[in-house]
Amino acid sequence: MNKHDSLLSVANLSIRFSHDGKAMPRSAVNHVSFYINPGEVFALVGESGSGKSVTALSILRLLPEAALVESGSIQFGEQDQKDIFALSEISMRQIRGRQISMIFQEPMTSLNPVMTVGEQIIEVLTLHFDMRTSLAKHRAIELLDSVGIPEPKKRVAWYPHQLSGGMKQRVMIAMALACEPKLLIADEPTTALDVTIQMQILELIKSLQKERNLSILLITHDLSVVAKMANRVAVMRSGEILEQAAAEDFFKAPKHPYSQQLLNSVLTRREISSVSQIPPEGANLLEVENLKVYFPVRKGLFRRVVDHVKAVDDISLQIEDAKTLALVGESGSGKTTVANSLVRLLEPTTGKIKFKGEDRLSLTKKQLKQHRRDIQIIFQDPYSSLNPRMRVGEIIEEGMQALGIEKSHIKRQERIDKILKQVELNIDKKSRFPHELSGGERQRVAIARALAVKPKLIICDEPTSALDLSIRSQILDLLRKLQRKEGLTYLLITHDMSVVGNFADRVAVMYQGKIVEQGTVAEIFDKPQKAYTQALLSSVLTVPAQ
Amino acid sequence: MELMEVFDIKVVILWTDGLVFLLTFLALFAIISMRSNPYLRRTWREVFRSKIGISAFVVLMAYITTGILDSFHFRAALENTENQTGTHYSGEVTSVLDMIIGQPHQHQEKTYSAPFSAFQFAKENIELPDGTIQRQYPRLKYGGSHLNEDTSDKVSDIIRRTFVSILWALLIWGCLVWLLIFLKARKSQNSMAKIGRQIWSGRTDIPWKVALIATGILILSISWFAQIADGYHIFGTDKVGNDVFYQAVKSIRTGLIVGTVTTLIMLPLAISLGIMAGYFRGWVDDVIQYLYTTLSSIPGVLLIAAAMLVLNVWIDNHPEHFPTAVQRADIRLLSLCIILGMTSWIGLCRLLRGETLKLRELGYVHAAQVFGVSNVQIIKRHFLPNLMHIVLITVVLDFSFLVLAEAVLSYLGIGVDPTTSSWGNMINAARLELAREPVVWWSLIAAFLFMFGLVLAANLFSDAVRRAFDPRGVS
Repeated sequence: MNKHDSLLSVANLSIRFSHDGKAMPRSAVNHVSFYINPGEVFALVGESGSGKSVTALSILRLLPEAALVESGSIQFGEQDQKDIFALSEISMRQIRGRQISMIFQEPMTSLNPVMTVGEQIIEVLTLHFDMRTSLAKHRAIELLDSVGIPEPKKRVAWYPHQLSGGMKQRVMIAMALACEPKLLIADEPTTALDVTIQMQILELIKSLQKERNLSILLITHDLSVVAKMANRVAVMRSGEILEQAAAEDFFKAPKHPYSQQLLNSVLTRREISSVSQIPPEGANLLEVENLKVYFPVRKGLFRRVVDHVKAVDDISLQIEDAKTLALVGESGSGKTTVANSLVRLLEPTTGKIKFKGEDRLSLTKKQLKQHRRDIQIIFQDPYSSLNPRMRVGEIIEEGMQALGIEKSHIKRQERIDKILKQVELNIDKKSRFPHELSGGERQRVAIARALAVKPKLIICDEPTSALDLSIRSQILDLLRKLQRKEGLTYLLITHDMSVVGNFADRVAVMYQGKIVEQGTVAEIFDKPQKAYTQALLSSVLTVPAQ
Repeated sequence: MELMEVFDIKVVILWTDGLVFLLTFLALFAIISMRSNPYLRRTWREVFRSKIGISAFVVLMAYITTGILDSFHFRAALENTENQTGTHYSGEVTSVLDMIIGQPHQHQEKTYSAPFSAFQFAKENIELPDGTIQRQYPRLKYGGSHLNEDTSDKVSDIIRRTFVSILWALLIWGCLVWLLIFLKARKSQNSMAKIGRQIWSGRTDIPWKVALIATGILILSISWFAQIADGYHIFGTDKVGNDVFYQAVKSIRTGLIVGTVTTLIMLPLAISLGIMAGYFRGWVDDVIQYLYTTLSSIPGVLLIAAAMLVLNVWIDNHPEHFPTAVQRADIRLLSLCIILGMTSWIGLCRLLRGETLKLRELGYVHAAQVFGVSNVQIIKRHFLPNLMHIVLITVVLDFSFLVLAEAVLSYLGIGVDPTTSSWGNMINAARLELAREPVVWWSLIAAFLFMFGLVLAANLFSDAVRRAFDPRGVS
């Protein structure tokens, strides 16, 4: 790996943001150096705010005005290396798109909704090459074909809204590759996509990279993506590169403790013995039988019901006392609808929900109150699940007040203190507002809010997917600890198989409103029966426990 | 007996006066209840911590005080005539503000005169002592009447008055500063000199220095106006010789009432309907949407014109309800507010409905529903506080819009009564004045300056309030 042969080399790059004319105390990027060889995939891994995107933007010289490059240089080119920062804006425009191009995280917003897919690719082509429109159109069809879009001749005249998310990302890739760049910067290229589509897109990028001998700078927070794609890895945190290594070495033995922590949070460690272990038959706390939730589709002046959307279509579940069932599926599979009908935010169309053997669907007001005490829910996004205008104490108190837990104010305050201690938060956080807390702390408050009414079953709706990697494992640890101490039962709703493997006892895989497969974690992970489950599992990094 | 005679008045409470008192009372009540809430107290402190916030507040308070003073109305007793039983009261309704202003409000000239002028703006035939008739600019009856024949001492007179006004202002301001320092020193158990130094160097929590400077400037301009208005027409006179400055001051009340009473009528409608539509969805949403779509498809001006014309006819047919012209004008002002309120809630209602639709899908609302919190509580605790910033911004923007709408409607002849002094009426009159040659510009400028001051102060203050209440802005 000779440094002189590299396609891109970044040396000693430091970038600082300024606010209101004053420089921020901390640099966004701090003395970062790395290089990318031709035909190599280099991954820059880090959590949000680690400076990885800023680094990528500086390569294209697309930094926002508030950012100032304090030191460093970026050399780019195969034979004659040019200093990116020394180029004129005109020659820079030649490099953007032509030599280096970029694909973004959100395929939904990166395409212009009022132009057809073809027009957008043709625009890129005619901009950089002296190409006739008819020829450019021909080329656009070829490109769409090469990124695996079926019937490209027809699709070239389609508008972005007619394509699915994965298709749009394929179009974005086609656009990025239109001018045959030497370096492709992929900024979280699959984060906004469903797991199964993620895999397809990654495979596509990989095969295109091999075919064209592309260099790729892959920016991601997801180590499973890195494991699939990268030749070399650099881990970034708060603007600094902590560790750089070849991918193989990295996944075998990360050197920096932070890399270790990151890896731990995505690795699925299961005890081998659990394969043979048959879970003891406990009493079922919750039973769901033939649950159907249909949403009527209304049309016309009188809003006649013309059709139904079958969000949940005939599912049955059982959860044992003090155990965890994971309900896994992609967005739109109906798993959140199940959660909402369990906590009675939605009325199921038909079916039975039994809690400790009692029917919980036709309830009197008093029974409903009891039901609300028994089943509580934790939401995905701790940023929107806490009222920004209420203090932590008030947020936790609200449920207790509404459900009549502890009648006196003093008793309630005592309970709040106790619960804050349980979720490992300082008591002085009681008078804080949610925005004064970090993401992890907010999720702890959400857990505390649910715990305050002494529920038996807690539904965790994607409890960690909005959190940074390093915090995820802390929250899961906390939930596990609470389960042991309080004998709680969890229904975990997630799309992330790596959480399931570490956390759940049983798994139910949901697809388009139906449960396609159900079983213990060991059964599902080791012998998945359905192709869909296998696709979900392919995104999981599994290492056997030592 | 003498004293009793002087104070022998008949208090008149107009409808809008009542609403002004109600509003003042509500504001005071809100302040008292907010003082007991430590969080709100801290947030409001934040408002006054900003220099712009506190200066805008001082200016707003000056406007509001003027408006409130102008809302205490009474009819003075007429002097007893020989054969009369009981006391008769003047048909003219005066306010406390008129009393404070004193003489100048009765100083009526014949027609236009320029600011500070001692002469009329138009030539007139004047009979000279020798019997000949000459066309020249006659002297004014009041403005500058104390000056020499050739008004050569005008500049020195103005300088003298300015000097006196500065002395007065310094005296009053000095007392205020002393009072503030005294109170603060007593509260904090510090020496007065130390507090004074703290304020002077700006090391206080609330920027008292800025507040005092703003108050100082305000006092200086009031005392200057008071000194000059005694001998001159600061903003000249209008077509029938009324003092324009006095009119502009009297218009403050009209502006404040149109801005606040209308909001008072519109807010409950907009907030309740907007949140209900967004939160309950279904048929409630349908009904409310149909309601405002229907209302907004009728041209607003047409609706207001129709309502005002119907009302005018009714007023004309029932003179017995309105003993004085002022009361009649007052009813017109009030009904204008009501009509404006009925037509202007739609915009805010739509905004709030949209925002509620967004909020109801958020986790904290779902969480409250899972706890079985009642709908009323959810609206009170989760929706209202999170919608308040929209309400606040809309109210302030609407305030300036309403003050301007009053002007437009007065121009069309469907605004306030022509006898009510309002900036709208003044601007309406300026339409003809600007077409004259030479141009009569002072009515327009006076109305503009007073309106500008009010709207600007309100905008700046609301900005400070919004910033303080934004939970992300608190340091």
